[in-house]
Amino acid sequence: MEHFLAMGGYGRFVWPSYALALAVFAWNIVAARRSFTSARERALRTAAANRAAPTEPKT
Amino acid sequence: MSTLGTGLGRAAWLVFERDVRLAFRRWEQVTHPVVFFVMIATLFPLALSPETSLLRDIAPGVVWVAALLSSLLALETLLRADLEDGTLEQLTLSGQPLGWLLFAKTLAHWVLSGLPLVLAAPLVATALAAPGDAVGVLMLALFLGTGVLSFIGAVGAALTLGTRRGSVLLSLLVLPLAMPVLIFGARATDLAMRGEPAGGALMLLGAMLALSVTLAPIAASTAVRISLE
Amino acid sequence: MATWTWFHKLASPPYLYRTAGRLLPWLAIPAIVLTLAGAYGGLVRAPADYQQGEAFRIIYVHAPSAWLSLMAYTVMAAAAAVGLIWRMKLAHALAAATAPIGASFTLLCLATGSLWGRPMWGTWWVWDARLTSQLILFFLYLGYMALHSAYDDTQRADRAAGLLAVVGIVNVPIIHFSVYWWNTLHQGSTVLRADGPAMPPSMLVPLLVSFAGYTLGYAALACVRLRAEVLGRERNASWLQELGRG
Repeated sequence: MEHFLAMGGYGRFVWPSYALALAVFAWNIVAARRSFTSARERALRTAAANRAAPTEPKT
Repeated sequence: MSTLGTGLGRAAWLVFERDVRLAFRRWEQVTHPVVFFVMIATLFPLALSPETSLLRDIAPGVVWVAALLSSLLALETLLRADLEDGTLEQLTLSGQPLGWLLFAKTLAHWVLSGLPLVLAAPLVATALAAPGDAVGVLMLALFLGTGVLSFIGAVGAALTLGTRRGSVLLSLLVLPLAMPVLIFGARATDLAMRGEPAGGALMLLGAMLALSVTLAPIAASTAVRISLE
Repeated sequence: MATWTWFHKLASPPYLYRTAGRLLPWLAIPAIVLTLAGAYGGLVRAPADYQQGEAFRIIYVHAPSAWLSLMAYTVMAAAAAVGLIWRMKLAHALAAATAPIGASFTLLCLATGSLWGRPMWGTWWVWDARLTSQLILFFLYLGYMALHSAYDDTQRADRAAGLLAVVGIVNVPIIHFSVYWWNTLHQGSTVLRADGPAMPPSMLVPLLVSFAGYTLGYAALACVRLRAEVLGRERNASWLQELGRG
């Protein structure tokens, strides 16, 4: 196991690379989900506002 | 020559002539970029060292970076004033192809901002201890390169017309696209300074000029229409 | 004619929104499985390279992200071109959804290239042709996103930034060529060559699996972001009311 983690002396370059990849994937997932939920909430609010005031002309 | 041809030619000439005339009235528009160009070139000996051998090594790079930055500075004046006084809108409504009129405008801009740099180049090159027989190639390379920069820059200037914080954004858009010009231009100058033939790099600059002259006005006209919406 | 109906359907916001939502699990689960399998294969199963030793394993992160950065830019520019030519609002939505994903993977490619370069070259950064053109690609992504956010009106932002993406894709081959030309003149052969002529299957298979995983990962992320962009562009449409009930 220790031998595997050492990566022939290159462990301090190999593992950060994979950690960065993980971080980029994680950031992408979180950021994409966050932009989706915020867009959805905003859309739902506008939809609710339109329902509450149906006199407003629909586009 | 057909009547359409003369109509187009006349429209382009009118735009070109107007811009040149206006520049004579606002003379600092022409002089400021040249002064800026010379000043950037002055910074390098002060920042590094006045040693002739070092200056000769960095001269091609310094001249081209200075030319790139000062033509970027000059781009501000390409369309902004015409947007503010409504000329640009008149041009889009004139019935003439907008890309063609923008071609004339960009050409005028090149004459007013690119050619002064070409003319100031021998001065800067001498100050940086570049050998005298390389100056011809440097001027030719700058002549071609500033043309490409003007035409690429026209697209960037048109794209940022509709935004408020134009100038920093403009640099961010134009600089990556201008990097090939920097590479080929500096390389041609470097080769000439070493006394080697620089034809290959100059031809590549010429090819880029041909490409940007034909494509950039089309992109710029689309961008102007988007900005004026 | 009938073959084009799918294309027209994609131009309908509710259809695109639902399709992207339905596709998402079919893309996301294989993406996660393949990416993890590729990483496992690269870290454990692949033998060490006879020249570069274990440091070579960085390729399983570096090469797929390099591929993804270029592919995403191509997708972005193609979508922007479709949006500009046929005035398709939703094609611009795809371009806007792609930009941050592509930019983040370009950054990953640069960072892993630097981490790989340190043991191979002895410095964190070398002006290698591949790395330099990736850096310029990153600047192009930044330009797209900066221009897009500089406009308040989404439609104008879409079209201005889209035009920049199209101009950028015309320039990408020129930039690549010029950077390679510049590089061959200024330094000798590079140590870091991602495409060795003959790679044994035990090395190649994990790499191909990683490529597939990253590509599907892009598609899944693009689906989520695309749905967000569609919602942002359709503030007042009536189909959003059904969304609230359902």
